[in-house]
Amino acid sequence: MAEDRVVGIDLGTTNSLVAYMGAGPSLAHPGAPGKGVFIIPGEDGSHLVPSVVALGNDNHMLVGNAARAELMTSPERAVYSVKRLMGRGVEDVREELKLFPFRLAEDLAPGEVLRILLGERSYTPPEISAQILRQLKRNAERFFGAPVKQAVITVPAYFNDAQRQATKDAGRIAGLEVLRLVNEPTAASLAYGLDRKQNGTIAVYDFGGGTFDVSILKLQDGIFEVIATNGDTHLGGDDIDNLLIAVAVKDITGDLGVDIRQHPDAIQRLRSAVIDAKIALSSQDFANIEVDLPGGKQYQRKITREMFEQMVQPIVERTLGPCRQALKDAGLTPDKVDEVVLVGGSTRIPLVRQQVEKLFARKPHTELNPDEVVALGAAVQANILAGGSAETKDMLLLDVTPLSLGIEALGGVTAKIIHRNSTIPASATEHFTTGVEGQISVAIHVLQGERELAKDCRSLARFDLKGIPPMQAGLPRIEVRFLIDANGILHVSAREQRSGKEAEIQVQPSYGLTDDQVENMILDSFDNAEKDLADRQLIEARNEAETILTALLKGRRNPAWEMLSGTERRNVDELESRLHAAMDGADYQFIRRSIDELNQATMHLAELMMDAAVGSALRGKNMESTGVGEGPAAPHPIGKAEFN
Amino acid sequence: MQPAEPTDFFSFFGMPRKLEMDELALEREFYALSRKLHPDVYSRASVREQAWSLEKTSQLNDAYRTLKDPVSRTEYLLTLEGIQLEEQSKNATEKARTSGVEKRQTVPAELLEEAFELNMLLEEAKMGTADDDLRGQLNTTREGLTARLETMQDELRAAWKQWDGGDSEATALMVDVLNRRSYLRNLVRDINEVLN
Repeated sequence: MAEDRVVGIDLGTTNSLVAYMGAGPSLAHPGAPGKGVFIIPGEDGSHLVPSVVALGNDNHMLVGNAARAELMTSPERAVYSVKRLMGRGVEDVREELKLFPFRLAEDLAPGEVLRILLGERSYTPPEISAQILRQLKRNAERFFGAPVKQAVITVPAYFNDAQRQATKDAGRIAGLEVLRLVNEPTAASLAYGLDRKQNGTIAVYDFGGGTFDVSILKLQDGIFEVIATNGDTHLGGDDIDNLLIAVAVKDITGDLGVDIRQHPDAIQRLRSAVIDAKIALSSQDFANIEVDLPGGKQYQRKITREMFEQMVQPIVERTLGPCRQALKDAGLTPDKVDEVVLVGGSTRIPLVRQQVEKLFARKPHTELNPDEVVALGAAVQANILAGGSAETKDMLLLDVTPLSLGIEALGGVTAKIIHRNSTIPASATEHFTTGVEGQISVAIHVLQGERELAKDCRSLARFDLKGIPPMQAGLPRIEVRFLIDANGILHVSAREQRSGKEAEIQVQPSYGLTDDQVENMILDSFDNAEKDLADRQLIEARNEAETILTALLKGRRNPAWEMLSGTERRNVDELESRLHAAMDGADYQFIRRSIDELNQATMHLAELMMDAAVGSALRGKNMESTGVGEGPAAPHPIGKAEFN
Repeated sequence: MQPAEPTDFFSFFGMPRKLEMDELALEREFYALSRKLHPDVYSRASVREQAWSLEKTSQLNDAYRTLKDPVSRTEYLLTLEGIQLEEQSKNATEKARTSGVEKRQTVPAELLEEAFELNMLLEEAKMGTADDDLRGQLNTTREGLTARLETMQDELRAAWKQWDGGDSEATALMVDVLNRRSYLRNLVRDINEVLN
């Protein structure tokens, strides 16, 4: 059904793609629209949408190739590689930003999500990513001629909680319901496995534009079980480009006496030239870099593959450590890996292929297009989530959390509570108490990372458990449950065990957006706004109906039910089934009316129940307000934990 | 009254509280239960069903992770039996960290002399005089310790057999093996730190 289409999106550092898997045969027919799994082309027919966003002259947002053109002429109005900034704080990216031409907003409060200036306005990284997502959404909608509202989006396996949350926020801002975040190497294995259906151990080496991941998976009868994953979220083709740029800048300053760093547009031309050279060197023995400089001079340089390889060797080297660690964590030696799959544009570099082949002592697979395989895998997962098809009905992905979750303990050390490479969803329960008599709150600092000291780990969130009943020190017993969901995102809930009070804690990642902020950023999608509202009202009405029906079930078991007259009971029965019927439909106003009628009809029952409960006649109460309806459907308090 | 819930990880898999385990069967069962419970299967279900699936799958994963590893399986069974593992257990280490209370260190009697000598060597190495001779000695010690760790697997398995056969005294044996094991592992870790 058109309404149910779930697309798969690879939101990459350099390029982004959207793919879809329809009913029908597999990768064997990638091009056939509506059949198998395929990339949805843009209006210009190309599969790749460059992950570049720019503010055009008329203050319209440009995305993709149009934005890339803007980047060359007015770099101050464009931003690229924004994925490297997702979920990170200003302090995290200061060093890195020296190599990028972006300007940050200066008026950032401590802990605030960083913002990038484009023309007059500033934008958070999720807002910029949302522009790219919206372009992909539009491409899909144009292709299908129908709205697309749900997606699976891929993230680097080594992304932490904040980076994942930021990606999910970007989806929401773009008007997409993100059904799942899938790790990129895992997605690639899905596309790969769909094609082959073999059991065995595979290693996915994913070296992209900005991130590096390696994952070791066990494939068995359609189960894709990730055994271990490792990586570096700041290591990719960008780093190779920046290295080449740095060398050229030095040349230009030294030999030609031009300080090119004062000319952002010249830097962008240089960047474009070194990227072309890098690509050429994957198939040629040498390449020429030629750039026009300000003042009429020209920079020319011939670069051989040998020189290139010498320069990038240290970068390639940095990918091998994570590979060895992943193997070690999986308890495997390289010879136990049956196949190696290469993903990401940077794996086109011959040196990279050589090094991978040497490490795993086998020739890696390169048949799948390294730029497209992740998006295709995302589409496969989207198909699974949408209910599956003959092709995917046996496929199930079991992924892991890439980083250990810990809490800060006395002395600033990290106490790990969920270890890295634990299959997700994963949970851990910890108990806390007070240290001082009458203490009514406990501070908890949640961390992610492998280091011994809290200060060396990534701070995920700090929160206070408040409203603890004042007791002797050590007497309160607060149970805190940490749950990492299938997206790799953390949820926390707490319970004071002596009073039995429960509270949901909203984990607001450091450098994360609040729900309200995201709500305000949601991009207008005028075509769907009305329908979205109607959908929400329908859901709310159904939830409310659920509440009163649950309360009625309880009411029937109350002795008060027998005290009603036969007519009253028949009337309630009648209205109850009418409400059930209304809920099956999509008319929220009808559901609301039916709720009101049932509420009226149960008022007497509610009164009798109240009477019995408190022994005095209370007037004007109906089923909902007696509190009888409080159950699982009652909303959780969102915000800081409160126990009183 | 508590509602009926799987009371422990063994019953989650419908298995008796026994330590010798067909690990392939455990994996098969894990995969089968994953196919039934995983959030991917409930992506389009109601919010309540999704919450249920998330809850169940996290329990399933926690259970599988605990049972598939022989040592954590043994530790888990001991906890179920109400036996506090001693100072060297991972649990105790984490607890000591959380509470800030220094954990007790008792050296297993048979290792006393060896541990003493090793500590002398380590001290010497830390003073910055790790010459080839010293490194060689540390290497030999490490090999010896590693070999001993291997044989402990057999000791542990023997204790499992006793337990599975109904001998509840076997828990004491297991505690002993686990404590010696983690003590040895700490020694190996200390050597590694110095040698690397």
